[in-house]
Amino acid sequence: MTLQTVLLVAAALVSVGLYGAISQQVVVMVMMGLELMLNGVVLAAAGFWWFLSPAPDGQVLLLVVLTAMTVEMAMGFAVATLLHRATQSDMTDTATDLAR
Amino acid sequence: MSVVTGIVFWVLAVVAVAAGVAVFRVDSMARATYALAASFVAVGLALLLLDLQFLGVLTVLMMVMEMAVMAIYMIMFMGMNPALMPMSMVHGKRPALAVAIGTFVVLAAGALLVPWPSRRGAPAGDLVQSLGEAVMHSKMLVMMTVSPVLFTTIVAALVLALPRGRYDRLGDDLNGTGRRERSRR
Repeated sequence: MTLQTVLLVAAALVSVGLYGAISQQVVVMVMMGLELMLNGVVLAAAGFWWFLSPAPDGQVLLLVVLTAMTVEMAMGFAVATLLHRATQSDMTDTATDLAR
Repeated sequence: MSVVTGIVFWVLAVVAVAAGVAVFRVDSMARATYALAASFVAVGLALLLLDLQFLGVLTVLMMVMEMAVMAIYMIMFMGMNPALMPMSMVHGKRPALAVAIGTFVVLAAGALLVPWPSRRGAPAGDLVQSLGEAVMHSKMLVMMTVSPVLFTTIVAALVLALPRGRYDRLGDDLNGTGRRERSRR
């Protein structure tokens, strides 16, 4: 286990998540893709912290990323609920109101 | 890093990425949720290998709960048993795949080619305690910012998710003659 290998795994997670976030049609699945990307960010941040500068303060960055995941999830579900009520659908393709 | 740690890390890495891929490959949304939970658990356990006990356990606990909530939402919105419903709902699969592979190549090249500096400093003896001290001392501002952000999220999510707006409650003039008043008239 080196910094490079940790970063490679994190890059793989971010890429897979990015594929999901771009390609999925269901809002909840898009959120899953975003979560997977942040999962990679958590791993990369932990790797940077451990292998480059394991100062006590650095762990706080991971806490912030975990908070971002929580916020993303909560707001994503709220938007999914709103979308479902407004259009009776949970697909991103029908949520084009801002494009008009 | 011992050999055992290395082997465990690789096993967790393979599980994390394979489960991540499975999220978008399996046939049902429930299975996708479980796969994502497995990916998060693998990354949480990998954090334990880096001595991040608190954050590792936090990731595992938080994400397993989050995936449980996600499964409930799927049943709510899909209106069916998501474990039984095969699905493939994608658009622009090829461009998405190209973007994802391109991103991986760029990130991997960066990870392998950048001359990373050598390690500075050593981890504190008790990392959980040092994290607690950082949160309550030198990095307190971060936590003070995070708290209102989380509170704002609660309020904003409720405002978005609630079917009634302020005009429904208080009427068009916001003078308290809401929907109930109007329906009585």
